Amino acid sequence: MTASVVGTSSDGLSVLEKRALAGETYGIPLAVLAELTHRCPLQCPYCSNPLELERSSAELTTEEWKRVLTELADIGVLQIHFSGGEPTARKDLAELVRYANEVGLYTNLITSAVLLDRDKLKALADAGLSHVQISFQGCEPTVADRVAGYKNAHEKKLQVARWTRELDLPLTVNAVMHRQNLHQLPQMIQMAVDLDAHRIEIANVQYYGWALKNRAALMPTVEQMDEAIRIVEEAEQRLKGVLAFDHVIPDYYAARPKRCMGGWGRQFFNISPSGKILPCHAAETITGLTFDSVRGNKSIAWIWQNSDALNRYRGTGWMKEPCRSCAFKEEDFGGCRCQAFALTGDAGNTDPACAFSPRHEEIFKAAASEAAGEAVPFIYRNFAGGTVATGPDEA
Amino acid sequence: MASPQSRRMDVSEASRPVLPRHTKLKFDGTRERWVLLAPERVLAPDEIAVEVLQLCDGNRSVEQLVDELARKYVADRTEIGRDVVAMLQDLADKGFLIEARESSAS
Repeated sequence: MTASVVGTSSDGLSVLEKRALAGETYGIPLAVLAELTHRCPLQCPYCSNPLELERSSAELTTEEWKRVLTELADIGVLQIHFSGGEPTARKDLAELVRYANEVGLYTNLITSAVLLDRDKLKALADAGLSHVQISFQGCEPTVADRVAGYKNAHEKKLQVARWTRELDLPLTVNAVMHRQNLHQLPQMIQMAVDLDAHRIEIANVQYYGWALKNRAALMPTVEQMDEAIRIVEEAEQRLKGVLAFDHVIPDYYAARPKRCMGGWGRQFFNISPSGKILPCHAAETITGLTFDSVRGNKSIAWIWQNSDALNRYRGTGWMKEPCRSCAFKEEDFGGCRCQAFALTGDAGNTDPACAFSPRHEEIFKAAASEAAGEAVPFIYRNFAGGTVATGPDEA
Repeated sequence: MASPQSRRMDVSEASRPVLPRHTKLKFDGTRERWVLLAPERVLAPDEIAVEVLQLCDGNRSVEQLVDELARKYVADRTEIGRDVVAMLQDLADKGFLIEARESSAS
């Protein structure tokens, strides 16, 4: 999830956060990503979950989630994203959606869709679900099922996407892009149109956790990226009013780092399956941070204001050079802390995606040479800590 | 199910715009302001946008909506009509408004 900016024009809209929080290190959180479970039938090698997955026995109960949803609405959270793992693996999902609606939260489901059938989807629609996002790994089964590590995943996803629209639920196609499927981008955009989706999120893989482990298999070349940007710009123009676009480019190839999560602990947070409050879904990759849990005796409001992990990299006070004296420090907040930790060993360093980072050149070159190198097998995501693909017929 | 191409809304005075299921206009008591909630976006509509969006109920036509605003603000109808149609077209292009007949089961 990346903070999106809709420019002000004659539509009378502006981005809420920028106005409300100017000069503050954090404000009232806008949205929360609820990772209901780490269970998932797919094995995507770029999964955003931590390498060490939480077991189902540790998951929050229905009642615990309901208490959490009440607290979130009370402190002013506006949107809840039900995610995972695969959130539909939870039998109480419709009950949680209904409850979230009752307390006034905008409900979004981020799903792989393979566990859904029409009845389950109908129950979610009846519970008041506002929006559905279905991830796609390609535009046809050969590539898509191999990436997902799951037989018939693609056909199943198409079917669920059609049911989603039949039930009049709004649909976003999440197209997760990397070196091995970027050539299918035009067809994936057309697939979204054919499925009557409202929106497509073209999300290039971001390299933490599982994706970093698989970087050599996933990193696109600069040429692939340039071509993708051209394709998206053309399609966005052609499909104005038909399909809304969000395009997340891999920051290795950008000169400026992304404003990760809109700033650490600034407007979003994440709740893990066992109830840990995290600044983002990858934050546990940073060693030495302590996370508070909704299971302790602290309220979510208290944790949001006082958590050691949230306060550690809030605002700009923690910054070292070159961030400290940088003119862009309030723009991008030094980029991504998880990426800084993964690539430099210190989360307090400048994100190497930034051209001002002393490590930028070296890391960019390493990534570009991986992208240009021989294809390497995927390491599939699972509870065993990863399984290396044996061949192209793995799925 | 509407065919994809029919979603593109060309706003005219005959249109009957309505917010689709995935776009919600809400008064946020914590921040004490109106917000527009959309997929992965929270937007802050200005006072005029709030007033116009509140009138987009799927029953009123743009023509009726403009008439109401022109009466209320004792302003030039042609000018208001032009501004409102431009605003609604922008909102529709971003997916925040649809034609009422397309239906949304919210």
